[in-house]
Amino acid sequence: MTHRRTLLGGMLGLALAASTSGYALAQEPVKIGLILPMTGPFASTGKQIDAAVKLFLAQEGASHGGRKLEVILKDDAGNADQTRRLAQELVVNDKVAVLAGFGLTPLAMATAQIATQAKVPEVVMAAATSSITEASPYIVRTSFALPQAAEPMADWAAKNGIKKVFTVVTDYGPGIDAETSFAAKFKAAGGTVESVRIPLRNPDFAPFLQRVSEAKPDALFVFVPSGVGAQFMKQFVERGLDKAGVKLIGTGDVVDDDILEGIGDVALGAITTHHYSAAHDSPANKAFVAAFEKANPGMRPNFMAVGGYDGMHLIAKALESTKGDASGDKLIAAMKGASWESVRGPVKIDPDTRDIIQNIYVRKTEKVGSQLYNVEFATIKDVKDPVKARK
Amino acid sequence: MTARSFESRVGHALYAGRRWHPAELAFWLLAFAAFVLLPSQLLLLNEIAILALFALSLDLILGYAGIVSLGHAAFLGMGAYAAGLFAKHVGGDPVAGLLAGMSAGAMLGLLTSPLVLRGSDLTRLMITLGVALIVYELANSLGWLTGGADGLQGVAMGPVLGLFDFDIFGRTAYLYSLSVLFVLFLVARRVVHSPFGLSLRAIRDNPLRAAASGVPNARRLAAAYTLAAAYAGAAGALLAQTTQFVSLDVLDFHRSADLMLVLIIGGAGYLYGGLVGAIVFKLLQDAIASFTPQYWMFWIGLFLVLFVLGGREIIHGVVKGVAGRLSAVRKGAVR
Amino acid sequence: MLTILFDGIAYGMVLFVLGCGLSVTMGLMNFVNLAHGAFAMLGGYVAVQAMQRLGVPFLASLPLAFLAAALVGIALERLIYRPMYAKSHLDQVMFSIGLVFMAVAGTDWLMGSGQQFIHLPGWLQGRFEIAGIGIGRYRLFVIAICGLLAFSLQWGFTRTRFGSRLRAAVDDARVARGLGIPVNRLFALTFALGCGLAGLGGALGIELMGLDPTFPLKFMIYFLIVVTVGGTSSITGPFFAAMLLGVADVVGKYLVPEIGAFIIYALMVALLITRPHGLFARART
Repeated sequence: MTHRRTLLGGMLGLALAASTSGYALAQEPVKIGLILPMTGPFASTGKQIDAAVKLFLAQEGASHGGRKLEVILKDDAGNADQTRRLAQELVVNDKVAVLAGFGLTPLAMATAQIATQAKVPEVVMAAATSSITEASPYIVRTSFALPQAAEPMADWAAKNGIKKVFTVVTDYGPGIDAETSFAAKFKAAGGTVESVRIPLRNPDFAPFLQRVSEAKPDALFVFVPSGVGAQFMKQFVERGLDKAGVKLIGTGDVVDDDILEGIGDVALGAITTHHYSAAHDSPANKAFVAAFEKANPGMRPNFMAVGGYDGMHLIAKALESTKGDASGDKLIAAMKGASWESVRGPVKIDPDTRDIIQNIYVRKTEKVGSQLYNVEFATIKDVKDPVKARK
Repeated sequence: MTARSFESRVGHALYAGRRWHPAELAFWLLAFAAFVLLPSQLLLLNEIAILALFALSLDLILGYAGIVSLGHAAFLGMGAYAAGLFAKHVGGDPVAGLLAGMSAGAMLGLLTSPLVLRGSDLTRLMITLGVALIVYELANSLGWLTGGADGLQGVAMGPVLGLFDFDIFGRTAYLYSLSVLFVLFLVARRVVHSPFGLSLRAIRDNPLRAAASGVPNARRLAAAYTLAAAYAGAAGALLAQTTQFVSLDVLDFHRSADLMLVLIIGGAGYLYGGLVGAIVFKLLQDAIASFTPQYWMFWIGLFLVLFVLGGREIIHGVVKGVAGRLSAVRKGAVR
Repeated sequence: MLTILFDGIAYGMVLFVLGCGLSVTMGLMNFVNLAHGAFAMLGGYVAVQAMQRLGVPFLASLPLAFLAAALVGIALERLIYRPMYAKSHLDQVMFSIGLVFMAVAGTDWLMGSGQQFIHLPGWLQGRFEIAGIGIGRYRLFVIAICGLLAFSLQWGFTRTRFGSRLRAAVDDARVARGLGIPVNRLFALTFALGCGLAGLGGALGIELMGLDPTFPLKFMIYFLIVVTVGGTSSITGPFFAAMLLGVADVVGKYLVPEIGAFIIYALMVALLITRPHGLFARART
């Protein structure tokens, strides 16, 4: 067996020699590696973002700062080490200048190291756990951080006569994030909170809602992954909690624009806080929604789509201000502090945390014409991610 | 026939099975040569090597001991988390981490083996599945330790043997994984061609007869199960170390299901089955995924159905052509 | 407390209807059909489409779901399932996982990946109270339908000629064949019935469990638990297993939500350890 061992040693030596040779980024065009869950349970996130990215390129053109943008779409099926490998391949083989997409927190986290090692900006278009932007100095976020949406809800609830809240969240990163930030803020404002967490794989919400109904709170704060939100709401109404005077409050995830029509009338009256609603009243948003619905019949843009759209906007804008220089450090420097008028309202990339600063809206689900929308009725301006702001 | 001549015949057969066939040498030479030949595919190759090790683990219990399992991901995940936590809290030495991962896998295997060794195939499928699901939920709820759904952050690896740093191109990763695979393969090869391996096959083929011939069935199966769990733990450790990240996904059901596919494609019951299966599966997945990123699952499914319905003979014909008379020689020798 | 028990029973009933077809096919042909959930999904989608596109009322969509799943079941049994009976368990598992993958991706492609929704008629919405027990109308409806089904299945299984032939075939297919029982046709019919029931369960379960393309994968585990715990040789076994799981899951999550996720798995492992051949298995030689 000795000869084989020598062979092995030789191979390792060869590896070392090969790894010293460097590599150079391709000159033209600027490639963007877009990694999204296009299959699996989170496919709707991928589809929304993909559609928005395509819309951006169709509307704004592919040329920015003298360089052509080329998007390479990869499917990670919501699977973290797949994401990581795809990102690595995109960086090494396709020599992408920017990594973008990332539907879920672990997917964004798994890629953070690659972004740091390769000095490639990672534009997070969807994942919402607060700590993501701390995982690498090359991460920029254009979606939102959950506490950013959850804390204003606590404020609103405390100011509107709600004393006792029961929180029901799904037992995973974003859910826990939403629960803890809401509960802390609401308790600080003098309210009382009871909490229960739902396992990720849970078909029936009956046992949890029964607990809520026995606790008789003023409001039920909920965070569940957007797909199961509909079921949750239906069972909420089926159990008669709405008639018992329990208000349904939460972040905008449960009344996701994408599935709001499917949830149906049971969603009426839900109070939520979020950074985007398809019903946002601005000319820019009206044009965006119309164009999006025209390009993708039967689909309504949701906050994921806006994250993707703004992500592309940010990349294009950074490229324009570097005059076509697509090196990672230049791009990230140009992204820091960038501000623009998004379809969701004014946004800015915080130069310190690389997280997004944006307005959070308090909305109520209502019928507009024959369709359901989340109608905004109050605005909290320029909200930073409160978790990082406290640090 | 006297006992001695029988023993010597068995010994001879075992020895013949241990002999290296030229096709095997070619296989491993090719695997190491892939490092030079396909420098842009090293990441994929690394995944193949890890999957191959994982498949080798399942082959040990399924192909040789006849234990079906739908929950092998439990050991993969155990190894991955153990190696990840080891790197995070103890030290970044990959080999030490690998050992940690292996022993964690083996421990879980040993603990669960009494559960698995009873009942019919179906019961085993369910129990293994149940154990995997419980481990998954545990990893999810022990967020303070495992990072929960966010994944385990801060896994920093030192250089392999203090010499070779992990690089972004996957060079060290591939050679490291392949070397581990090779070493463990050698061990597995030795094991299945030992009297111990022979007794496992006897149990697989006819447990009653094996027991009657004085084979301690339960203990042998438990030992095989634990060994396989250690192998799966090693695969998990490699996964954690080369990606420097662990997420709940390593414990997910689809890992176990994919693994079964790998073994079905490659064929169970000979050591190269898992390796060949891993290569075919990953290449197929990669090719289909880049061709239709949205619907690759459909094509994998279709492939599987056709494969089981009759395509296997064709593919295995090709595989056997490549592997030469290897299996024929071995089978002939054993029987 | 009784309310939660009631919820659990409704949930268990749906599990039973979803899983009982699988237990019969498994018992009869010794065939591990992991694709069972795909038929349930098919039923669910047929019901949703019928209601949304054709305006079929909810009640009428249920038999449609049953028929569609049963017909597809017959066709598939004829075309591709039959050659699988002779193969090993492992091959069967692979084959049916392949089918599941195709069903998941195919549904995604045809229908989109989103959750599907139905709107129940008014008389099934809401709840009422009897002696302090809150009873959801829809859940009561589900219990009534599934209870009726379980009862007639049990009756059909034990009291009719079809049932006695079926039991004979389950016990020993070779002898049954020798006695002139058309085992193959019997099996095709049973398979269709099982698929149809799954389809019906899928349609009934939309409100309780939701429906999206990953349904067969998500709930495969639940069906399998029902079957393995319940045993594969009777109707009562899976029925009680489904009830037990449904009630234990719901009540357990209500009482100790902290360990909610573990309850059914732990229960399954515990049951299988103490009763490796199922709850009501007859002693086999």
